[in-house]
This record gives sequence, C-alpha cells and structure tokens, in this order.
Amino acid sequence: MGKSGSIEQQSRHAAVGLTDEQAVEMYAMMQLARKFDERNLLLQRAGKINFHVSGVGQEVAQVAAAFALDRTVDYYLPYYRDYGFVLSVGMTVKELMLSVFAKAEDPNSGGRQMPGHFGSKRLRIVTGSSPVTTQVPHAVGIALAAKMKKQKLVSFVTFGEGSSNQGDFHEGCNFAGVHKLPVIFMCENNQYAISVPVHKQLAGRVADRALGYGFTGVQIDGNDALEVFRTVKEARERAIAGEGPTLIEAMVYRLSPHSTSDNDLAYRTKEEVDENRAKDGLPKYRQYLIECGLLTEEKDAELLAGIKKQIDEATEYGDKAAFPSPESVLAHVYAGDAGQGGDI
Amino acid sequence: MAVIEYIEAIRLGMKEELERDEDVFVLGEDVGVKGGVFTTTKGLIDQFGEQRVMDTPLAESAIAGVAIGAAMYGMKPIAEMQYSDFMFPATNQIISEAAKIRYRSNNDWSCPIVIRAPIGGGVFGGLYHSQCPESVFFGTPGLKIVAPYRAYDAKGLLKAAVRDPDPVLFFENKKCYKLITGEVPDDDYIVPIGKANVLREGDDITVISYSMPLLFVEQAAQELAQEGISTHILDLRTLQPLDQEAILESVRKTGKVLIIHEDNKTGGVGAEVSAIIAEQLLYELDAPIMRLCGPDVPAMPINPPGEKFFLLNKEKVKEAMRNLALY
Repeated sequence: MGKSGSIEQQSRHAAVGLTDEQAVEMYAMMQLARKFDERNLLLQRAGKINFHVSGVGQEVAQVAAAFALDRTVDYYLPYYRDYGFVLSVGMTVKELMLSVFAKAEDPNSGGRQMPGHFGSKRLRIVTGSSPVTTQVPHAVGIALAAKMKKQKLVSFVTFGEGSSNQGDFHEGCNFAGVHKLPVIFMCENNQYAISVPVHKQLAGRVADRALGYGFTGVQIDGNDALEVFRTVKEARERAIAGEGPTLIEAMVYRLSPHSTSDNDLAYRTKEEVDENRAKDGLPKYRQYLIECGLLTEEKDAELLAGIKKQIDEATEYGDKAAFPSPESVLAHVYAGDAGQGGDI
Repeated sequence: MAVIEYIEAIRLGMKEELERDEDVFVLGEDVGVKGGVFTTTKGLIDQFGEQRVMDTPLAESAIAGVAIGAAMYGMKPIAEMQYSDFMFPATNQIISEAAKIRYRSNNDWSCPIVIRAPIGGGVFGGLYHSQCPESVFFGTPGLKIVAPYRAYDAKGLLKAAVRDPDPVLFFENKKCYKLITGEVPDDDYIVPIGKANVLREGDDITVISYSMPLLFVEQAAQELAQEGISTHILDLRTLQPLDQEAILESVRKTGKVLIIHEDNKTGGVGAEVSAIIAEQLLYELDAPIMRLCGPDVPAMPINPPGEKFFLLNKEKVKEAMRNLALY
C-alpha cells in the first residue's frame, strides 16, 4: 500500500487536515509520553524519585488536542496528567525529567513543585497548582485579555471529571459563556477521581453542562486520536471566529493507579483494567498508521529505540543535575527579592 | 488642592490609572452601569466603556480567577469584591494562586492584580456586611495588603497597588468613604507600599493603628492633649509587609504603645506588631504592650446596641490611651 495521497479515497487523517508527517509525529509524541510515564513509575519503584502521578491511557487525547491548536500563539492550562500535551507543545523530556528529579534547572518551577505541575512562559504553558480546577478561571481570564487586546488566539484548559464538580469549573464556564470568549475546556474523563468512580462523581454527562452556559458541549471517544483532533480543531475555529467557548468531554480510562502512592486494585478489579487496556487508543492509532502505510514494524522499532535513548539521556541528566541551593527557598516571593525572601 | 472624600480619592485613583495605562481594567459585580453599590466606580463606565469597567457574573472566585488569568497574560486588573465579607469564595484563588504564582514558577510568571474590598462596620450591615477579614490573608507570603485611612493615602496607595508587580489586597473602609475627607492632589503621585506614616508627633504614648479607628485616635489625642497627655500616632497604611522600622521608631519615642484595630484581637495584625516590638524593644518599654480590638466573636450584630458594643469609638479609644499614659 502506498502513501495516503495515492489512495483513491482520502484517508481519515487527511480528511481532518493532518499531513502524513503530522499523523506520524502525533504517534511519536504519544509513545514518548507513554514511555516517559512508564520510566517514571520505574524510577519511583527503584527509589530514585519520590513521587509520580501518571497519565497512562490519556496520551492519545492529550497529543491529538495539542496538534489541533496553533502552537505558535495559543495559551495552555494543562492539568497534572498532561505529559503528552506539554511534550506536544514544546516541553522536552529533559525538562520534564529535571522536574521529576526536582532539580534547579527545572523550567516548570525550579524544583519547587511536584512533577506534573507544568509551567513555562516561553511555551505559554501557564503555571499550575495542586488544588484542582483553579486553572479554569485563569484560562477564561487569558481568553478575556486576548479578546480585549484583539489577539487571535485561544486558551485551552484541561481537567478531570472529578474536577468538573468544583465551583471554579462552573464559575469559569459561565463567565466565558457570557462574554463568548475564545476558550476550549477539555475534560479528560478517565472514570476515576483517585478511587471514586464516575458514577459517584456525576449524575449526568459533563458535556451536557455546556448547554446551561450557552455554548457547545460534545462528548467524544478520547481513544480516537483523529476524532479528538477534529473536535478540538473545530472548537478552535469557532473560538477564533468569535463564536465562543466549547466544552469537550474526552472519554478515556486511567490505566495506571492515580499516583505512585495509590493501590488501585483496592477499589477496582484487574479484569476491569484489562478490559479497558484493550480499548487503549495508542495501539489502535499505531494500527491505523500501519494500515495507511505510514508506519512499519521496522520504523516503529526504530522510533521506540530513539525514544528510549532520549529518555535514558534525559533520566541521566535529570539524575545528575544539581538541586537548587537551600537558600534559594527564600527567593521570588515578590519581584526583585532574589535571595532575600519576603523583604522588599 | 481640593478637599475630597475618601471614596472620591479611590475613584480618582482608578480613573487616573485607567487613563494612564490601557492594560488597566476594573471588574466586579455592579461596578459598571450602577457604579458600584457604594458608588466607588461611578462614572467610570461612561469614560472607559463596558469592557474596561466590566460588570461580571455574581461569582467571586471567577472575579478573582479571571483577573489572575488576565494578569498572567499581561493585563493590570482591579477586581472589586462588593464586600470583604463576600471574598471568602475567592480565598483559594487569592491564597493558593495569586500569592504563589511567582514563587511556584520560580519567577517565570507573575500576577499583578489588585483586589479591592470594603471592610468594617458601623453601617448596620450585620454579620455579613461588616467584617474586617485582614487576619485571614495577613501572614500569607506573596500577598501585599494595604488599608488606607486618609483620602490622600487612598488615592496614592491605589495607584501604587495598580503599578505593583505582585498581588495587592486593597482594604478600603466603607465607613471612611464619606466620613473621611482630606486634601488630595489631582496630579500623579503614589504612596509607596510598605511605608507607615506618622499622623501626629507626641512624647507620652504611641498608638499604632490603621484604617477607620484612626479617626477616633486622632480625636482622642486632641482631647487628651488638654489633659497634658501627648500622643504619637502611627498609621500603618500597609499591613503586609509591615514597616518594622517605623513601628520600632515610633515605640522608641515614648516607650508606651497601644495597638488598635477593628478586626478581632486574637490572631490579628496587632498580635504581629506587638511581637515585633517585644522581640526587639522589650527593655525600652515603660509599660506592657496594650491592644484594643474588636471582640473575639464571629462578627457584629445588626441591632444598634449590639453593633455599638462591638465597635470602637472615641470614648473607648480615649480610655485605653489614658490608661496607658497613667500606667
């Protein structure tokens, strides 16, 4: 089978606006995020790092969403499982490893925050915290500012289905709806808020809440990369056209425990996890690329070897990098106070 | 120089900053067409339009959170909380987010917002339109907190807050709005954040206070002068960071100090001020450090005798000052 261009009927990825190169690049990003995540679980078990919070099972939705944005202007407010997302908008594995090892060079926080608390002004990844959903009103504020400054950009914010119950979700959505702001809300509904299953979190669908705020809400299969890409792309087009926000509920499944401090088999069965592993979007997307002739077993092996090398190098770099100086704890409470703590 | 009301000074400060910098905007409930429930933003929408003087949905966490997002993008929002009693839904945004954005991003991001909130009682506002919530936010590193008393400081501190690169809580006293008047230049000046101000020079006792109770302190000082008691008065103006140097200097002057605020006593700003004095000046004191504050009850009641009992007034202040002088 030849390249997609030679197939008479247009391929699915071309139909949604992805070139062959982009389609393969997306796959590489998903694998990079997956392997990075798996490495962290290993590092934690080996006692090299203290903590890891995982995004395994959600990479497909994260990467596809990122590729649908304008990665030269848009603002991102990812939540703590979004390794696939931040890698796709320009953060490197090395930078993430510096965060994992809490080293001084970590661009996210200088080794101050837990891993998964992303931030980079250069990449327009807005600094995040641990109390969930506080980033939703921030995304709305950025969209408001962009509208005031007549800048053609969107803010893109993610959160889990548990988080969607916080007041900040509702307050933020309502504000964005009232002012028809260019913001995309994407709920990564992974079926669990730590141990609490979705049926104890939600009586309805997250996507349906958009109706109450006066904008479009859609529930999609988060394991279908091209469907996620198409949905986010259309949401972005609406936002840029001044048609307001979109709420996307991407249905996924958290294949790993909540974090390295969690034993998930205390509240769910291995059978359930296995059943969902069979629906994992990553091998499905891999299969799609093979069927399109864009990926072969050889190319895949080559790709994975490259990823392993990249992660190995990043791990070593992160491990060996210097910690922040103890006294640096006092810096950056206020502007211009480097080294002096709170005094101004 | 024009003599204007405290509320007008705040309004003038906002107007001048809105004129000076197009990134400045005001948002809150009723701030637009109505001009605020106290008229603090009256007329601003006519001059600057509904986008820069924005009526928001009734949701305080969104008012703060949206302002924080806009500030991270590069805007300079002034968010109004209609009453400080209603800012608690926004506390997570203020304490977990605004206060920590610079620190947690290792100086990569910043959050230059101003949050204005009216404090204080005496307007028959009952439990939820009268509170002084300073102590809830005081002691949160990353925040600056100002609480002006004079009209001059209200304008100057508001302008300084807007230009500050970090989040500033601007606690304006609703009782001061119309009661306090003073000379306010109509030119562009700021009052630096972090600097206290001596309102009256004196030799016998020092009173340290902020916001509305300073009116009673000034009145009492005038009357006590006739009894031969000379009062030194320090207006903190900024609660965080406290002007330690000015505090110590004012106490050193007399060796006797009384700290006064309307917020309740336990865990209030006065506790920190007295600790600073005790740590550094204990052997220069001629009397125990004294405090006169609101009682440790949840908030003041609406019934007039109850409200009067809760609130400070000139007589209560004068008595406490005399007691200290006679010690």
